[in-house]
Amino acid sequence: MDQTIYVAGVGVISGIGNNVAEHLASFEREAAGMADITLFETIHQHSRPVAEVKLTDDELIAQTGLSTHNGRTALLSLVAAREAMTDADIPDIKNWRTGFVSANTVGGMDKSEDFFVHFLADNSKGKLKNVFDHECGSMTEIVADELGISDFMTTISTACSSSANAIFYGARLIKNDILDVVIAGGADAITKFTLNGFNTLMILDKELCKPFDENREGLNLGEGAGYVVLISEKVAQKLGKRPYCKLSGYNNSNDAFHQTASSPDGTGSYLAMKKALKKSGLNATDIDYINLHGTGTPNNDSAEGTAIKRLFHPAYPPMSSTKSFTGHTLGASGGVEAVFSVLAVKHGLIYPNLRFKTRMTDLPFEPETKFQKGQKIKHVMSNSFGFGGNCTSLIFSEVKE
Amino acid sequence: MKIFIRSSACVSAQKTFGNVGFLTDITEYQGTRLRTIEPDYKEFIDPKQIRRMSHVIKMGVAAAKECLNNGDVEMPGAVITGTAFGCMEDTVTFLTRIVEQEEELLPPTAFIQSTHNTVAAQIALMLKCHAYNNTFVHKGISFESALFDALMMLKEQDADNILVGGTEEMVDTSYTVLTRLGLYRRQPVSNLSLYDSTEKGTIGGEGAAFFLLTDKSSSENMAELTGLRTFYRPKDANDVSGRIKAFLVEHNMTTDDIDLVITGKNGDYRNDNIYKELQSTLFKNNTTGNFKHLCGEYPVAASFGLWLAANIIKKGNIPPVILEKDNHAVSAKIILLVNHYQNKYFSLMLVSAV
Repeated sequence: MDQTIYVAGVGVISGIGNNVAEHLASFEREAAGMADITLFETIHQHSRPVAEVKLTDDELIAQTGLSTHNGRTALLSLVAAREAMTDADIPDIKNWRTGFVSANTVGGMDKSEDFFVHFLADNSKGKLKNVFDHECGSMTEIVADELGISDFMTTISTACSSSANAIFYGARLIKNDILDVVIAGGADAITKFTLNGFNTLMILDKELCKPFDENREGLNLGEGAGYVVLISEKVAQKLGKRPYCKLSGYNNSNDAFHQTASSPDGTGSYLAMKKALKKSGLNATDIDYINLHGTGTPNNDSAEGTAIKRLFHPAYPPMSSTKSFTGHTLGASGGVEAVFSVLAVKHGLIYPNLRFKTRMTDLPFEPETKFQKGQKIKHVMSNSFGFGGNCTSLIFSEVKE
Repeated sequence: MKIFIRSSACVSAQKTFGNVGFLTDITEYQGTRLRTIEPDYKEFIDPKQIRRMSHVIKMGVAAAKECLNNGDVEMPGAVITGTAFGCMEDTVTFLTRIVEQEEELLPPTAFIQSTHNTVAAQIALMLKCHAYNNTFVHKGISFESALFDALMMLKEQDADNILVGGTEEMVDTSYTVLTRLGLYRRQPVSNLSLYDSTEKGTIGGEGAAFFLLTDKSSSENMAELTGLRTFYRPKDANDVSGRIKAFLVEHNMTTDDIDLVITGKNGDYRNDNIYKELQSTLFKNNTTGNFKHLCGEYPVAASFGLWLAANIIKKGNIPPVILEKDNHAVSAKIILLVNHYQNKYFSLMLVSAV
């Protein structure tokens, strides 16, 4: 049960790119993905910038070859999961027990919204095919069927920590000898439901977000999907190449403070980071880069910052929020940022925290603002915290030659 | 490692919650939708909060707390829930307001409580429980996925007294939509004669059932959860039969060892054909029972099935109302629960006496 879990492949799609290579280019150019909303009609069209994937549903259908449109989330999920599997290129994958563990928060809500307009006017109206795949699990099922995975699949939904928990769970499935290969991560499309939801909470920035800045005013929504291919030691031996890195630590703790707000001292995030370190056998000083949850809301960044201070003071590793590029991709963010963390270990990258100007008054540290490559990065921590107090931290570590 | 069910609690369309007889006073319904019999929520939740909570949150929190009480455990080692549809009431409320109010002046509460992890989160919040907290949302195996997580966690020796539950609420909107999708009977039916005719459609249901799982043996434990297996899209009845046999072999058993088979029959012939086929082949010598005429069909109905199985073992009697016609048995020590949701997601649970 103590075997090492390796990352053999990665795939990602978000507002700054449709694949891994485009993401790396956008990071290097320091080009964020936020703009006006184009996906649907809304009164917030020009007042709430979002980071949309720069492909329409039709373009995604053409690219993926899916014959029906049962939710943009499934389309995004398929693009990234397929890239991850292709990237991993596991020899004779049919001979291994393979699973798909995916996460999302609102399933086929974009289609349900279309249905609901007609349904509300007349309960016998509304196209049933638009609501047939409303469930979160449907998104996973559609993609698993396309990928030809039937040994094991499940879906996790713990708000904004969803896909970090999917990766964590995937690793445990391998450690428990249930599976040999797991494609794990998550996806979420921007919907009217979530846009309005976050807007009612008054945590959407009217400008581009400024994570960890004293004058931050909220988050920008994003969308996308991110997956890692996790493999067992046995599969790693047959891989024919060095894996990207290993997943060395993980923890899920609950803040148990409030349904949506984080506790002032960041109890949940502190526990998640601390216990993930313990799981990996590392000390705080071993961490070379933290990919922050860093949504840009006053509450999250203050709680997360306080938790980091409690755990890392006085030696702070470089850290940044890549949500300053991708926006907050909600249920996808843990997967998307796990991919960035894996790439950070592999290529020695530190991503800039865009638009940072002023250090937060209560914190003795600030995020990195420049893109750096060729750094010595052995261990990366990735944070994902969500509604319901769900806090998860993952640690990715280098594989020695 | 042996895994035990230490305690359970269940809110359902039958009198299953609190200090009541074990399915001794059966409620008959006429219709195609069974609603839960409500506990007195004031015993479990601050009255100020009750007003703001949707049905699924109230059911979930009450069942979770009662389960902890029954197991004499104050703080669980982890909280894991399963739900296919999540918080439908709040989701529908928020969607309706977006449309009707054209996105203007929306109150946030419904959105806040619409996330699928709300029940698990509210349990953590009320208990001030900082432990592992997860929610599985995979259609007809949402509950089994949660249970599977708990079993792994016990094997990892990472936590004890894991609180696992399945919750699902049926609101008018989901009932209307699912009826249009052809899930339910077109004519009202008595739940107690659900299996009497061969028809399309079942009866809709809802409920919440929670369990405390432990690896510590005790005479107080209700039952042993000996095995759990799920599988997806089996090819045919032979495939299902083969998988059941293999599952039993893994636990050094054959169908001869099973005292009672509980199936997920729901009165829709498209759903029940596979059970009928198994009953005339693999299970032809087994006593068989069913449970969905008591609780209705819903994606986590297997959680009611597990509650039933654990109680049959603990209480030492089989409620006659569950038995298939012409089947007779008074007690069971080893029970196999076979369920599927719309022929796609199958689950097997093996429950035995401690």
